[in-house]
Amino acid sequence: MSIRGTEIRIEGLSQRYPSRKEVTFNRVDLTSPPGEALAIIGRSGCGKSTLLHILAGLTRGTEGRVLLNGVEVTGPSPRWVMMFQAPHLFPWMTVSQNVGVGLSFGRWSKKEIEERVTEAIRLVELQDFAGSNVQDLSGGQQQRVALARSLVMEPELLLLDEPFSALDAFTRASLQKDVRSIAKRLGFNIVIVTHDIDEAVIMADRAVIMAGSPGSIVHELDVDLADPRDRQDPAVQALRARLMSTFQEAAYSKGGALATEAVQ
Amino acid sequence: MSSNNIASAAVGGVNGGGYGAQLSYLVKCTVCSFGSFSGGLAIFFALWWVCIYLVTLNPSYAHFADFGVVEAFKAVPELWHDKTIPHALSTSGYRLGAGLLIAICIGVPIGIVMGRVRWFQQLTNVPFQFLRMISPLSWEPVAVIVFPEWDQAIIFLIAIASVWPVAFSTAAGLSKVDPNWFKVARNLGAKPWHVLTKIIVPAITFDVLTGIRLALGVAWIVLIPAEFLGVTSGFGYAIQDAREGLNYPNLMGMILVIGAVGYVLDTTCVILIKRFSWHKQS
Repeated sequence: MSIRGTEIRIEGLSQRYPSRKEVTFNRVDLTSPPGEALAIIGRSGCGKSTLLHILAGLTRGTEGRVLLNGVEVTGPSPRWVMMFQAPHLFPWMTVSQNVGVGLSFGRWSKKEIEERVTEAIRLVELQDFAGSNVQDLSGGQQQRVALARSLVMEPELLLLDEPFSALDAFTRASLQKDVRSIAKRLGFNIVIVTHDIDEAVIMADRAVIMAGSPGSIVHELDVDLADPRDRQDPAVQALRARLMSTFQEAAYSKGGALATEAVQ
Repeated sequence: MSSNNIASAAVGGVNGGGYGAQLSYLVKCTVCSFGSFSGGLAIFFALWWVCIYLVTLNPSYAHFADFGVVEAFKAVPELWHDKTIPHALSTSGYRLGAGLLIAICIGVPIGIVMGRVRWFQQLTNVPFQFLRMISPLSWEPVAVIVFPEWDQAIIFLIAIASVWPVAFSTAAGLSKVDPNWFKVARNLGAKPWHVLTKIIVPAITFDVLTGIRLALGVAWIVLIPAEFLGVTSGFGYAIQDAREGLNYPNLMGMILVIGAVGYVLDTTCVILIKRFSWHKQS
């Protein structure tokens, strides 16, 4: 399985819900090169999840546009797939059926579906559970199934909306490493929305901080660390501390000019 | 003990590891289940026998002996041999099946629209509740005028009695469906047809079957009195015929068969509900 990444270009994107007067976020501009893992960090309510939903084509922005490889996002597509906070698996299906459900919506032959499902299940290391009902799996295993269900579509962009927040610390750490390693191996982009600094440091190549009301991107930070990343590594811990202080500074200020740093 | 417990026992046995222990547990559960079934029936027939015995102690009620459990059981083989039961099974079965099929074909789509389209649910709530509360048998004079044949009138009565449980159960099932499943499906490129066939239908099968089970119960109850009038076949007619011929053992025999057939139909529904239920049982 080999997937091309995509260039993400967000141009002057604003969002305002019709039922509310205030703007959720205002004139967001952001670019991400193919194959990059980008983390969006921010406090609750700054509009980071809404931004992700717009990237997935599940919501439309009030102003501005999102371009993926130069093509405007106007709706959902198997090319850009979102993984949600909860796995939301279909409980009447087995692991294999859940993984292959997206392919069954398209024009794939039974043999092709079977091959791609087997490969995706192998990637998330659930071969022994392929025939099991998803209700018999643990929370971490269910989230792995959701990951395989996204990967099987061979997306150019995987959007992650705090996907591991409901999991225990060990499972979360393991999945964070696995998702990054799979993304780097296959070459697709990741955009992860999180308020977990550790998650951003372990998973991302670059972190952007959203803050203020209406929300805007107030800081960018390159996460230039070697793989595999270990939480105990002093370089990881130093970057974590730097990101945390930048985040606190940005989150508690009333906004400010966009600043970019590169940390080795 | 129900078969539900047997299934969980099987799972427990597998987890426990020992095949022998699992088999022994299954045998124990089957014996318990059979014991409850036959014990319940034995108590029921004993009470029936005691009631008739007490009533017939008074010589002026001696003719009630014909309503006894032994007489009823004796009548059943005779009713089978003279084709009364097979004929009633086929004709009543046809009417019941046709009425239920019409109710399912109308009720399920209506239920889906009610569950998915809020304005339709609000618009139809009052008229549907109004229609639901009308006794199905009160439509009989209308049905007799509208339909040229009695069979069609009876099928109409069964359909109108059964359509509401199916529709409301389907709508209730749909309202419980996790909206995130639709979001996930859309995210993976599902078209409305895929959402219907791959998400909605499997998600609500349990509720639709529960509605069909309720509908079957109502339909079975409506079928017998509906066959009292006009037709010359079916269980209702057989009871009416036995009553007019003062053949009370035959009447009680037919009642016994009606109960048994109803029980078999309901059990079939329960088995289907368990087969198609995806709800994890604790």
